[in-house]
Amino acid sequence: MVAIRCRGLDVDLGRRRILSGIDLDFSAGSLVGVIGPNGAGKSTLARAILNLLPAAGGSVAIDGTDVTRLAPPDLARRIAYLPQGQELHWPLSVERLVGLGRLPHLAPFSRIGAADQAAIETAMRETGVLPLRERIATELSGGERARVMLARALATGAPTLVVDEPLASLDPGHQIEVMALLAARARAGALVVVVLHDLAAAARYCDRLILLHQGRVVGDGVPSEVLSDEALAAVYGISAWRGEIGDMPLLVPLHRLA
Amino acid sequence: MNLSGRGHAPALLPLLFSGAFVAGILSIVVGSAHIAFPDMVSAIEGKGDPIVRAILLELRLPRTILGLLVGAMLGTGGAALQGYLRNPLAEPAVLGISSMAALGAVIAIYFKLADAHPWMVPLLAIVGAIAALVPLLRLSGKGESPLTLILAGVALATLAGAGISLALNLSPNPFAAMEITTWLLGSLEDRSFKDVLIALPCIVIGIGLLLSQGRALDALSLGEDGARSLGTDLGRVRLVLLAGIAIGVGGAVAVSGAIGFVGLVVPHLVRRFTDRSPSAVLLPSALAGAILLSASDIAVRVIPTATPLKLGVLTAFLGVPIFIHHLLRERRLW
Repeated sequence: MVAIRCRGLDVDLGRRRILSGIDLDFSAGSLVGVIGPNGAGKSTLARAILNLLPAAGGSVAIDGTDVTRLAPPDLARRIAYLPQGQELHWPLSVERLVGLGRLPHLAPFSRIGAADQAAIETAMRETGVLPLRERIATELSGGERARVMLARALATGAPTLVVDEPLASLDPGHQIEVMALLAARARAGALVVVVLHDLAAAARYCDRLILLHQGRVVGDGVPSEVLSDEALAAVYGISAWRGEIGDMPLLVPLHRLA
Repeated sequence: MNLSGRGHAPALLPLLFSGAFVAGILSIVVGSAHIAFPDMVSAIEGKGDPIVRAILLELRLPRTILGLLVGAMLGTGGAALQGYLRNPLAEPAVLGISSMAALGAVIAIYFKLADAHPWMVPLLAIVGAIAALVPLLRLSGKGESPLTLILAGVALATLAGAGISLALNLSPNPFAAMEITTWLLGSLEDRSFKDVLIALPCIVIGIGLLLSQGRALDALSLGEDGARSLGTDLGRVRLVLLAGIAIGVGGAVAVSGAIGFVGLVVPHLVRRFTDRSPSAVLLPSALAGAILLSASDIAVRVIPTATPLKLGVLTAFLGVPIFIHHLLRERRLW
């Protein structure tokens, strides 16, 4: 089932066109990686899907409804979003921070109920941050904080998850954990769209990759097709080594091409 | 610390309510005219000396009510602005909103607009507050640094101060110099129930609007994109906060002048007894603001000075150290 549909999507930032003519369908039950060099428009695509940036042309539809027609809380219950950069302005406890994920479900002036509390606990357990629940989130290490922020997005309980650069500031162990968690979510039926810089992680975990270059889709398919030698040379200006261990695809960027 | 469902220490609200009640009683009891307690009781019962009765009910009671109301508004305004702007230095006076509201009130009074209708004073104060808030919110929307907002506030406060001085110098007013300090530093002297009637509705509406936005302020802890992705309609939030601050602070300043730093100090004092989310700080800031301003107003009455001390002088002495402390801490981020 198509969960998100972009048709002829153009997005401008200021006077610059960042994305042009994007046609994409995203289906439930898949882990989709959005890759591309710096400035290719990856985060802009994520923000446009969430209606955080207006479309200059074309449209984005969620479950068949145009995003601009969905009331903000309704949209928030359908797509959870984890922005880049882990912005947090007040020294909230981990549990309080993860609880913010339940805001789209709360009626005005109501308090967090049993179902909300259960969702918060599950999200903290899945991301391994239950032992940190009383800690102050601004005092955590970068890796701990990244997992807490991911727990906040998961606590929303939305069927679609859009995650922008979740691996930045994570050590290899936590990188593997986070990607495995996102893959498990997709296997359980969710649509997970993840913006990635790490091509090795993209090749290994994603069911499908979308390669952006200068605001356009230049590759869309299974990782082995999208990450071809030609595409890596043309888009990133690099060569790479490719291999497999068992059925696990591997990719190691090797050289910058002249 | 164990916290209640609303994110406060369980004893916080009962303590603050009791504190506000005690401050209100003290504000009626304490003053330059010494009145024995039995005389007070008989005056309130409608017996005894009519002068004592007039002092208590017509001078001290409105002053007490205004102290509690204005303090509550400034406390809530500071907490809401800090939450919305995600800036611990934000408050109505530091950002120049109070001074601009005072300029509006001064224009209404000294250009005789108030003679046409007494509501012209709060109305122009509200317009003054809006004139300050619109550029400030615009700057904040562009993701400017905390420093830029504070500098914009300094510019607005300076402009308003100059405007107030000019308006009073131009008016045929022999007490211009004294009046200027009253409006710029704030005072609750010689207020009547007419002032209460002006301030009360404005402040009730203002505080109500600000309290209604607690959840949106919590979502803003994650930044604007984070808040919007949680279903917050930022345009609406901005409008409700603008209305709440403008109406509440406008109404407060119309009767008290621009009293500084209450909105800065109070959220910092209560935050440690909450879960530190912006919504949990709002109501405690209202109560603590009421206590702080009433206590300051009692202090200016008891501190022996040749001419009565202005309320804003005392609140500035309390507020500036906290302001500087946070300025130095924030400096790392610039």
